[in-house]
Amino acid sequence: MSDLTNSSLTELVDLIKKKEIKSEEVTNAYIDNVKKSKKLNSFITETLDLALSKAKNFDQKPNFNGLLSGVPLAVKDLFCTRGIKTTAGSKMLENFIPNYESTVTNNLWSEGAFLLGKLNCDEYAMGSSNETSFFGNVINPIKENTVPGGSSGGSASALAANLTPATIGTDTGGSIRQPASFTGTVGLKPTYGLCSRWGIVAFASSLDQAGPMTKTVSDCALMLEAMSGFDPKDSTSIDKKKEHYSKKLSKNIKGLKIGIPKEYRVDGMPNVIEELWEKGKKVLKEEGAEIIDISLPHTEYALPVYYIVAPAEASSNLARYDGVKYGYRSSKGSNLIEMYENTRSEGFGDEVKRRILIGTYVLSSGYYDAYYLKAQKVRQLIKNDFDKVFVKVDAILTPSTPSTAFKIGEKKNDPISMYLNDIFTVPTNLAGIPAMSIPAGHDENNLPLGLQLIGKPLGEQTLLNLALSMESKINIKQYITKWWEK
Amino acid sequence: MSENKSKYIIEGSTSKWEVVIGLEVHAQVSSNSKLFSGSSTTFGAEPNTQVSLVDSAFPGMLPVINEFCVQQAVKTGLGLNAKINSYSVFDRKNYFYADLPQGYQISQFKNPIVGEGVVTLDLPSGSKKIGIERLHLEQDAGKSIHDLDPSNTFVDLNRSGIALMEIVSKPDLRSPEEVKAYVKKLRSIMRYLGTCDGNMQEGSLRADVNVSVRKEGDKNLGTRCEVKNVNSIKFMEMAINYESKRQVALLESGKSIDQETRLFDTKKNETRSMRSKEDAHDYRYFPDPDLLPLNLDKNLIEKIKKELPELPDQKKERFMKDYLLNPYEANVLVSEKEVAVYFEEVIKTADKKLATNWIIGDLFAILNEKNISISESPIKAKEMASLINSISSGLISGRAAKEVFEIMKDTGGDPVTIIDEKGLKQKSDPKELEVIIDKILEENKDKVSQYKSGKDKLFGFFVGQTMKISGGTANPQLVNNILKNKLK
Repeated sequence: MSDLTNSSLTELVDLIKKKEIKSEEVTNAYIDNVKKSKKLNSFITETLDLALSKAKNFDQKPNFNGLLSGVPLAVKDLFCTRGIKTTAGSKMLENFIPNYESTVTNNLWSEGAFLLGKLNCDEYAMGSSNETSFFGNVINPIKENTVPGGSSGGSASALAANLTPATIGTDTGGSIRQPASFTGTVGLKPTYGLCSRWGIVAFASSLDQAGPMTKTVSDCALMLEAMSGFDPKDSTSIDKKKEHYSKKLSKNIKGLKIGIPKEYRVDGMPNVIEELWEKGKKVLKEEGAEIIDISLPHTEYALPVYYIVAPAEASSNLARYDGVKYGYRSSKGSNLIEMYENTRSEGFGDEVKRRILIGTYVLSSGYYDAYYLKAQKVRQLIKNDFDKVFVKVDAILTPSTPSTAFKIGEKKNDPISMYLNDIFTVPTNLAGIPAMSIPAGHDENNLPLGLQLIGKPLGEQTLLNLALSMESKINIKQYITKWWEK
Repeated sequence: MSENKSKYIIEGSTSKWEVVIGLEVHAQVSSNSKLFSGSSTTFGAEPNTQVSLVDSAFPGMLPVINEFCVQQAVKTGLGLNAKINSYSVFDRKNYFYADLPQGYQISQFKNPIVGEGVVTLDLPSGSKKIGIERLHLEQDAGKSIHDLDPSNTFVDLNRSGIALMEIVSKPDLRSPEEVKAYVKKLRSIMRYLGTCDGNMQEGSLRADVNVSVRKEGDKNLGTRCEVKNVNSIKFMEMAINYESKRQVALLESGKSIDQETRLFDTKKNETRSMRSKEDAHDYRYFPDPDLLPLNLDKNLIEKIKKELPELPDQKKERFMKDYLLNPYEANVLVSEKEVAVYFEEVIKTADKKLATNWIIGDLFAILNEKNISISESPIKAKEMASLINSISSGLISGRAAKEVFEIMKDTGGDPVTIIDEKGLKQKSDPKELEVIIDKILEENKDKVSQYKSGKDKLFGFFVGQTMKISGGTANPQLVNNILKNKLK
């Protein structure tokens, strides 16, 4: 039999449901890959034995009613998993084992999947290259010494390297879409509130949103269907009926109006990305969509607004990591304040500290109005921009990132240039609207590039249909050589 | 320095000073579960047994508002005659402390759930209105315990996340007495509403007391100091007494007041500086992104308004009007909901005037003596009514009733049974009494003639003898009548 791990998630589930393969075979195939992938460093915790026993249990008493029957899945290590270490990529939680399961992972397990391992990520999801993880860099399987993007870098790397049939990430400013773009995979950030945040280690609560990362658009629909849903434990969760994205998936996009925002044509953007964007427009047109030039005038403020709002919320969200209740505690210090200082100095990495400092600063009395309050007002303007154009268009097409994957270390000491990676992705987090990145081409070094589709609130189905239609036309070849197995 | 009693004025060496006080009362919401989690709120449980993952701020945990607590706050707001804000926002108040697991307290800063209101105090000098600035909902912190171990602090999170209402008054209070009346009134209103049990020993009601002084007649407010976390009315009075005099002494010696936070040392009866304005925390308030703004349905507010019970002020009016009580009596009887309920239970069958006197006098005396509340009274309302009816019907004399009451307070027995057992039933048969009286007159002929020759005082002697021989059971009115007739 050919390598099962080349199959899509949808194919695997079908094969299992048709009883053509056993869950155990599938699981073993991925376990073999995981075992040979140490160089990628995409896992923080492997739960291979556990996965195998779950697979055997499944085969003994199969239940084919789930959307994800019998499939092992590795997930970003930001999702709390009962009895399994959950680190958020930080020394602070190096040995933290929750006794509870996040709503999103629980939803996956309810659909018949089981845990294969916990995937590396930037510390507390703060980063765009997976270089801030306490557990080390993750390598992009596309090319040695190249970052997989971040913060869901481990998820993107594992997915592209066939170490998991699909995965989930979280996206606060692009943390699903940018790594998807860098690894030639599909990544979707849903509407804020579509997936529960309960049990996800928080970075910036008003922006954080979990979403699927998959090899195909169909897989993406399947995963989103499985993981989303109203959760009374999350006050910001949207109370609505569950959607059947995979059933409703259709390539018919005739008559849909697609906006092209002029503000996304930024200075210094490589020609190859410009060409890719044109290619995307052409494909959509051929499929019957109408292309409309639009303007999102406050786009240029999105990044500064994001780097005020996100650190502000993070500075407060991360206050709980104080060494008192759980997680890392420094042995140094002779009183409570010193214990706090040492614990947080030793437990957090530089990027996390940088953002806590920025966040604390922008919320301080005397600065609050000039920074945080102003940022909230501009955030509203950015939302209004989208509201206005969505009267005219059904979706928006942009590049996912302003560049392809860069070399490890290349931007590590230049936070501004690192932050610029998120320039096309942060506006949708600020507006709370859905967006997805799909593989659309390569640069001259065969590094993948993605296009981003942005949708109306709860417009996931439209995005998935557009993506499916583009996927069938663009049909990207991946240049993966499994160099890491050598 | 001395105090002027009629008006609370501190007479310093150079001038007379007025004290201005504002209170921030923290009242624990009566609710079985916490403000943002399902944990129990029972007082006195084993440490850290009433703590959920939310209360202990585990990664990924999210708060979900307890709607009952919101309704309790609305109810309290209505009881304080205050504006209910249909839109309010929960904010994070950020600071580090070992018993604050999240590293922030969820509170309400710019947009509280309740706005301005008013509370009326009944003072010896008349009634006075005290303005309410606002009421907001917030989480309580846990408890740090420093005295269990010489080198470690223990933290109990049972209290962490319990709902509090912070009720902020305007600086309308002028004396420790007014503060006492204000806190008692707040407590009474909330107990009537069932929104806070007001139990100060268990910490359900505590206050930060803001004190400043100014020269009598000044319109501007002086610099205030905030005395934190005072947990009894007595301590509030002591703290204000101390703090106002401290401020006067400072000002009179030409110094100024530093705006600061102080704490009250109950053992030494003094306030001490805790932190100055410069060291004040920067709480970095911002809207909690985990919680949506609270939008109250107008219909819900109306529904709560309709279901409000009768409150002390209304009850007082009704008692004065319907039961013809004087303001003092009405005030005493409505100050505690349970007392009012007891009173109304008694007067269902018994005389109002007698009931008022017996409850305010004899019953309160034994409750005070035993240091118990009226709901723990050994004499239940039904027995009290029965005792009073025994007097009204002439079954026993007022004096005998006191005797019966003494027995009831210890045994809690039925008054009619006690009257029977002790033979205290009043002798109201004239023939029976005549036999006794005739015998006494026969045996004291000398005194009879003395009386008849003008020694009127001897009448009392004959009454006394009659009562003595009858064992105190003779109907005094009847004895009087018979004696008067026979001694004509």
